[in-house]
Amino acid sequence: MSNKPEIDEVTGVETTGHEWDGIKELNNPLPRWWLWIFYATVVFAIGYAAYYPAIPLINDFTKGIGGYSSRAELHKELAAVEQSRAGLVQQIAETDVADIPANDQLMRFAVAGGEAAYKVNCSQCHGSGAQGGYGYPNLNDDAWIWGGDLDAIYATIAHGVRHEGDDATRFSMMPAFGVDQILGREEITGLAHYIRGMAGLEHDQAQAQGAAESFDINCSGCHGTDGTGMPALGAPNLTDAIWLYGSDQDQLVSQIHDPQHGVMPAWVGRLGEGTVKQLSVYVHSLGGGQ
Amino acid sequence: MSTADQAPDDLDPTNGSVAKQYDVEPVNRRDRQEPLYAPKKKIYPKRTEGTFRRLKWIIMAITLTIYYVTPWIRWDRGEFAPDQAVLIDLMNRRFYFFMIEIWPQEFYYVAGMLVMAGIGLFLVTSSVGRAWCGYTCPQTVWVDLFIWVERLVEGDRNRRMKLDKTPYGPEKIAKRTLKHTIWILIAVSTGGAWIFYFADAPTLFVDLFTGDAATFAYGTVAFLTFTTYTLGGHMREQICTYMCPWPRIQGAMLDEHSLTVTYNDWRGEPRSRHQKKSAEEGKSVGDCVDCNACVAVCPMGIDIRDGQQLECITCALCIDACDTVMDRLGRDRGLISYTTLNDYNHNMELAQDAQGRIAPEKVHTKDGRITDTARRTNWRSIVRPRTMVYFAIWALIGLAMVWHVADRSRLDLNILHDRNPRFVTLSDGSIRNGYTIKILNMMPEPRTVRLSLEGLPGATMTMPGAADAPRQSLFLDAEPDRLRTQRIFVRAVPGSVEGAVADITFHVQDIFGSEEATYEANFVTGEE
Repeated sequence: MSNKPEIDEVTGVETTGHEWDGIKELNNPLPRWWLWIFYATVVFAIGYAAYYPAIPLINDFTKGIGGYSSRAELHKELAAVEQSRAGLVQQIAETDVADIPANDQLMRFAVAGGEAAYKVNCSQCHGSGAQGGYGYPNLNDDAWIWGGDLDAIYATIAHGVRHEGDDATRFSMMPAFGVDQILGREEITGLAHYIRGMAGLEHDQAQAQGAAESFDINCSGCHGTDGTGMPALGAPNLTDAIWLYGSDQDQLVSQIHDPQHGVMPAWVGRLGEGTVKQLSVYVHSLGGGQ
Repeated sequence: MSTADQAPDDLDPTNGSVAKQYDVEPVNRRDRQEPLYAPKKKIYPKRTEGTFRRLKWIIMAITLTIYYVTPWIRWDRGEFAPDQAVLIDLMNRRFYFFMIEIWPQEFYYVAGMLVMAGIGLFLVTSSVGRAWCGYTCPQTVWVDLFIWVERLVEGDRNRRMKLDKTPYGPEKIAKRTLKHTIWILIAVSTGGAWIFYFADAPTLFVDLFTGDAATFAYGTVAFLTFTTYTLGGHMREQICTYMCPWPRIQGAMLDEHSLTVTYNDWRGEPRSRHQKKSAEEGKSVGDCVDCNACVAVCPMGIDIRDGQQLECITCALCIDACDTVMDRLGRDRGLISYTTLNDYNHNMELAQDAQGRIAPEKVHTKDGRITDTARRTNWRSIVRPRTMVYFAIWALIGLAMVWHVADRSRLDLNILHDRNPRFVTLSDGSIRNGYTIKILNMMPEPRTVRLSLEGLPGATMTMPGAADAPRQSLFLDAEPDRLRTQRIFVRAVPGSVEGAVADITFHVQDIFGSEEATYEANFVTGEE
């Protein structure tokens, strides 16, 4: 490198004398204040790394002198939320479930809280949209096995269905007409045709008529003489369009021969009054509540 | 002004040197060794007068007035909307601009304005070069204002340089204190005016002094005070040269027909400090007397005679300075002028001799004027196909936006179909679908709308939780300037729908007005 600075021909700018494969670096000086800002960011970074958790170690990390932790921050915020809700949850627990809709603030809180609780506790069986499935009732529709007003829904959620640990649980047991040899094969087939007839479905009229008497004797005690069911006994309506275990001839025969009985846990002990009431209000608000 | 500031007054073509030379050096001289990190060279822009200085004063007055006054203009929108003409209501996500109100989903208007601003930049730059930088950029306007204050307090260039060199004494301390106080006051009012665009100005103004304004408002004022004071008072040309991307972008938009501030070396060179003597010696002399006035007045501290350069913001103050000198010397104006590269090349060809050297006598008449064959600044170069195309696009977008704003509906409807469950079979066999209806009442007055449904004969609607009987249409109240979200259930009578999905149309209509909106949706039956 000579002492005399070399001037680049094209730009008229002097070069730094550095050259790589014929490419020469021009000396376009950076402003000095820019360099100072760079130093300032370095100083800031050191301070930042010292104050906050920053450097990963093998089994741990540097904690920083500020004692900051995003996890602790989260806990603090959650506690604050919990505290702000406590009053309303308490109020809901103390209010009769049927009176909640009258209070607008309670109602909105209960529906929102019920939805959250539903997603966590109920969606596993009833589906995330409460749409139900085979053997699990759809909670959106207007057919209720154990009753669809707020008090009935509350009782069902609180104490469950056929839940052995709860004395107040909903309990009913349809006889296994086939397995227990109460009815013969032909009688059961005829009953299935009769039921399909009541529901307005395609059926063999001759066989259905033959089973009318049998229905009166064996079924009407719980399902009613017109087959519209009895929520107090948990006997479903057999004339509507909604079938928990299906409405095909085979499915009906199977259900009469050896009935399936769904079980739902009692929730009040696990979730508490407030949450169960919120759940009741939420389920009631899905569109089928009576 | 001090005598020291009146340098050009002692221009005397009769003495040996024709004009006093300013002791000034451009900040970006290339021909000497520079360190890798260059210290900032302080610039002392000298006061100048002339056409472009006057234009800059006028533009400064207009732009600053717009900035400070706009938030205080009132505009009556009735009792349900703010009465501030220009307001960016971030809390409620509304933007008000006189008779126009924009909701967040109408942000494309802002995008359209940005497109217009971009094409406007193309238009302006291709016609008159970096006029944005030189006249209207906030950095330029505020620096100009700060330099004006500085000159008022400390005097012009020479006095400021002298003051910088004198040790601190009562006078210097007083002047410096006064200068910085005024600067900070300007900076505070700049930051203060900014926040008025985001809240009701008269209320916020009072709140600012009573301590009732939001912390964020004080923070914004403090931040903008800091940036205005630093950028306008201290950083100045460093912002343009080192921080701003505009010079790089705009440089690419110039062509050979763009008017840019140009030193016409074809008539100025060879420059000479001793024109008479040189002439007597038989040397050829150009018009440039090398007085450095153009460098002394430059707020960027550059020498325009080095040619077009990144640092030049084309404020044209050097034109004013040079014209003043030319007038005094009795020569034609325009040694530095707005010129297109095309005209410059034409004139350069006229002025060159056979060896390619500049021969000033070829473009000068005997009495020292410029020959008529040389082209002068021609503002008509602004009108040419390229600029016309830019203007046409710019105007088309503008017209389309105006037409769209004038024609837009202030009632809108959005509908979300329930995803889960998509349909519910009810006990009587009818099918129910749930929808979340969003009615946008974008007028600042309460309205009642009728919601109806087409495509499902006999279908009824209900609102969950309401005791009303199912109806074929619903009447809904919409709050002024608000979105109403309403869940509804649509129930189709058994057998009324065929197939798995029916196409339906929701319809809202202002029952007292003509505005309406529709939304195409689906009704899912669940049939296979």
